[in-house]
Amino acid sequence: MPSATVNATRMELTKQKKKLATSTRGHKLLKDKRDELMKQFLDLVRENRALRKKVEDALMRAHGSFTVASALMSSEVLEQSLLYPKQSVELDMTYQNIMSVNVPMYHFETASADAGEIYPYGFATTSCELDDAVDALSSVFEDMLKLAQIEKATQLLAEEIEKTRRRVNALEYVVIPDCQAKIKSISMKLDENERNNTIRLMKVKDMMVAEQIEANRRADAAAMAEYKAKNQV
Amino acid sequence: MYNIAVLGDRESVMGFKALGLAVYSAETVEEARKTLHHLARDGKTAIIYLTEQYAAEMQDEIAKYKDEVMPAIILIPGKAGSLGIGMQNITDSVERAVGADIL
Repeated sequence: MPSATVNATRMELTKQKKKLATSTRGHKLLKDKRDELMKQFLDLVRENRALRKKVEDALMRAHGSFTVASALMSSEVLEQSLLYPKQSVELDMTYQNIMSVNVPMYHFETASADAGEIYPYGFATTSCELDDAVDALSSVFEDMLKLAQIEKATQLLAEEIEKTRRRVNALEYVVIPDCQAKIKSISMKLDENERNNTIRLMKVKDMMVAEQIEANRRADAAAMAEYKAKNQV
Repeated sequence: MYNIAVLGDRESVMGFKALGLAVYSAETVEEARKTLHHLARDGKTAIIYLTEQYAAEMQDEIAKYKDEVMPAIILIPGKAGSLGIGMQNITDSVERAVGADIL
């Protein structure tokens, strides 16, 4: 649908044609971007689903061990055992660029490389279920970090795809048709003006020719009369 | 260097302390909400693991941080089990991107 008023001038026509060329090119590029984003996104989603299932299952197992441990130990002792951690984790974050979307990549470093350092308590007063629980948590931790990375990337990509999809649709269904309609209406108006002009010129020419013929005729008649008068004398 | 935070009820998050993560326990949803805001704003916490039991009551707050690069709020099942919100979130983002759940 063209907007109500367009100046039917050549300048406006050139402007609209340029706009159409830009929109068409932009549309094509954005469409390609959308398709590529979608491809990456679907891969990520599949991975995300599998990983989430894995992490959730593992965490449930860890929670189960914890429940047993808390049943076997008094809550004070349990609390005390975990009160002061030996291990600490440092997280480093870099960015990866997926189709101009910056997604975070996490790298973690544990303060101590010794795997046994995760047990911050003595083994004498604690139940072995607690060891199991802590062990289960530490083994799922790497997957949890990967899950965080993938899930965030999924969310950010989803947002970007939504934006790109809207832009593609706006160009395809609003901007480009609008431009085409404007170009059509302007060129129709210009053509109409052109025809008007031609017709006007033709009419003027007709009038001039008719005048000339009339003048010639009059001159001929006058010459004829003069000739006849000369002969009679 | 960034922190990794775990937020949830005391019994669900206690174990993460042993791994060296920053553990924040909250007894009520209101408390969890406050802690979440505090953590999200401090600019040092890159990942917040939140139990689904609290997340169920805080969908609006979580949605607010969804489009930000930091923090990543990742739902984990609490000790009472998974509510399926984490999986639902994945489905939601597919719907958001594609317009329909195609998987």
